[in-house]
Amino acid sequence: MEKQWFTISVYSENHVGLLNRISGIFLKRHINIESLNVSKSEIDGVSKFTIVIYSTEDWAIKIVNQIEKQVEVIKAYYHTDDETIYQESALFKVASHLLFDERQIQNIIKEHHSQIVTVSREFFVLAKTGRRHEIDEMHEALEPYGIMQFVRTGRIAVSKDAMPITNILAEFQNQ
Amino acid sequence: METLKAQKKDKKKSTAIRITGAEAIIHCLLAEGVDLIYGYPGGAIMPVYDELYKFQDKLTHILTRHEQGATHAAQGYARVSGRVGVAMATSGPGATNLVTGIADAQIDSTPMVCITGQVARHLLGSDAFQETDIVGISTPVTKWNYQITRAEEIPEIMAKAFYIAKSGRPGPVLVDITKNAQFDELDFVYEKCTGVRSYKPAPEPELSAIEKAAELINNAKKPYIVFGQGVILGEAEEQLKALVEKAGIPAAWTILGLSAMDTDHPLNVGMVGMHGNYGPNVLTNECDVLVAIGMRFDDRVTGNLETYAKQAKVIHFEIDPAEVNKNVKADVAVLGNAKETLELLLPLVNKNEHKEWLAEFEAKHKIEYDTLIEKDIYPTKPGLTMGEVIEQINVASKHKAVIVSDVGQHQMIACRYAKFKQTKSNITSGGLGTMGFALPAAIGAKMGAMDREVVAIIGDGGYQMTIQELGVIFQHNLPVKIVVLNNDHLGMVRQWQELFFERRYASTVMTNPDFVKIAEGYHIKSRRVVERSELKDAVEEMMASKDPYFLEVRVEKEDNVFPMVPTGASISDIILK
Repeated sequence: MEKQWFTISVYSENHVGLLNRISGIFLKRHINIESLNVSKSEIDGVSKFTIVIYSTEDWAIKIVNQIEKQVEVIKAYYHTDDETIYQESALFKVASHLLFDERQIQNIIKEHHSQIVTVSREFFVLAKTGRRHEIDEMHEALEPYGIMQFVRTGRIAVSKDAMPITNILAEFQNQ
Repeated sequence: METLKAQKKDKKKSTAIRITGAEAIIHCLLAEGVDLIYGYPGGAIMPVYDELYKFQDKLTHILTRHEQGATHAAQGYARVSGRVGVAMATSGPGATNLVTGIADAQIDSTPMVCITGQVARHLLGSDAFQETDIVGISTPVTKWNYQITRAEEIPEIMAKAFYIAKSGRPGPVLVDITKNAQFDELDFVYEKCTGVRSYKPAPEPELSAIEKAAELINNAKKPYIVFGQGVILGEAEEQLKALVEKAGIPAAWTILGLSAMDTDHPLNVGMVGMHGNYGPNVLTNECDVLVAIGMRFDDRVTGNLETYAKQAKVIHFEIDPAEVNKNVKADVAVLGNAKETLELLLPLVNKNEHKEWLAEFEAKHKIEYDTLIEKDIYPTKPGLTMGEVIEQINVASKHKAVIVSDVGQHQMIACRYAKFKQTKSNITSGGLGTMGFALPAAIGAKMGAMDREVVAIIGDGGYQMTIQELGVIFQHNLPVKIVVLNNDHLGMVRQWQELFFERRYASTVMTNPDFVKIAEGYHIKSRRVVERSELKDAVEEMMASKDPYFLEVRVEKEDNVFPMVPTGASISDIILK
């Protein structure tokens, strides 16, 4: 089976230790987590893990089943890139004098639709949100001028189809 | 906690009692119907032990001689009784010594609650004396675990622990309790947990899947059932028997499914897997419909998956959705508790007989019997066989005993030849293959079924891994019957060395102590059998004993267990000798 990118979305209780339990599922099967994001979800008190893997669909299914089996996991899904809307964010820290010495920097900021988050005497910080390749392109453009620091988030994604967690929780309440 | 469905926030405080966390733990155990726990005290769990002292008329604590023994005893107890086994230990090494038993319970789906003491909350993360991250360590091998750091958490977490351990596909749960939470007071109210919102114990059976399964079964010419422990855990023994008899389907078992169906039932065709029976293995690759009930297609059962039952339509009755399509693709997956799903299936299944198909099993059995079974259980050559010892126990126990086996050659022989009339009677470490399991598990099994004979069958290797638990048998005069089949080798590893490593016997020859003297040191009645002529009498004496009894049988040193499916081979290529 062909390997491809999968976004695994996990809705869970917000409990200490669950991250360890979930990451162990990948570890045990030697499946590398390409990126991981944990945040609150649309439901109060429910956390959402967004995990990106490069694997076969067969493994994506098995992983999702193993994750869903965990007591504190409400529901897990997997999606291909086509089935999700996804983004990443990045921060670039660059020396301030470049803003004045290198005219090209201002063009890069405009062309890549990035924002200036802060400016100080020593450095300024650019923020860029978009697809991985867009961030990579901006990184490439800035690199010749020197990047003092760079950081990128894991992928965050919403699915085109519904993930009806509220229904699952309501069903439990009515039991 | 919001996850407890049963929680009523406005519960009147007037029903609460003000007690310490340590006492609350005892009340939780009593509320869950626990009257027996296995454990070992130490610094971080001392407040709970102090309460155990006060409650000893209601709650029996058995001091095992090692924490691993506590887990295996709790497992043995759980496996014969169907109740939750409880093990307790202190922090640090006490907790880490539980890990093997927890891993064993996880892979064999045994309901168990382990309680560990932990250093006080303010010391967590400071590398305090006997501090270890047992929650982190046990995460991959527990169904659920939790660290309690405040006394108020105790009732809800304990209720949740028992609920999770027992419900759905059972498993081990570990609750780690910091010492301050044991000393501090709380307003104690106990309510049993009836649900956790993020956890669905068993999927609802789908009628459409059951109809599809029935159709496949009704149209099958060569249907074949392989059942596992799911039948025992789901208490579906009657439904299995009814299905087998109504549809006339030959049924074989995994070693954890053994005893779910009378071994003498004419449609019980035997054991699948690496050392299983000839027909049940070979004919898996000839059936047209394979009905797997409460089993998980372990590699020791399937051999090479590429050549496993490829010709058959596979119906998988399974409580755990993660097991479906994990190893073998199911054409029809019937999710749910086996008792419920089989009950729904039964009226849809036509009455049938498959005489020609069954005759194939009989023919294969005859080949296996003539080639090796007869020589195993009624040998005429010099040197005692493990098989004849098991057969003697069958005769003396009239198929009524609980058989607890350890891991290795003797285990395979015990599972192949032991006869059972009653369910929950074969206790063995299946998935994890834990040497040292049997002696402590037999203690738990005996205490879980005091009215039954419990016979532990152990090799000389595994016996010495947990031999210290003889102390428990002696101290409590538990009439456990211990049979050590001594071949002065780690027999199964030696067998592999002989067959696959050109007889290079690396570290498998053992110079053993005088096991009879060791048993005598514990004041346990004991006997050694060296000659075949003594065996019958010795086994009869052992079975008749009202006290614990130790029997060492010196068996042939270099016997092998056959049949055998070599690792990675197809089950069709099973070797008979």
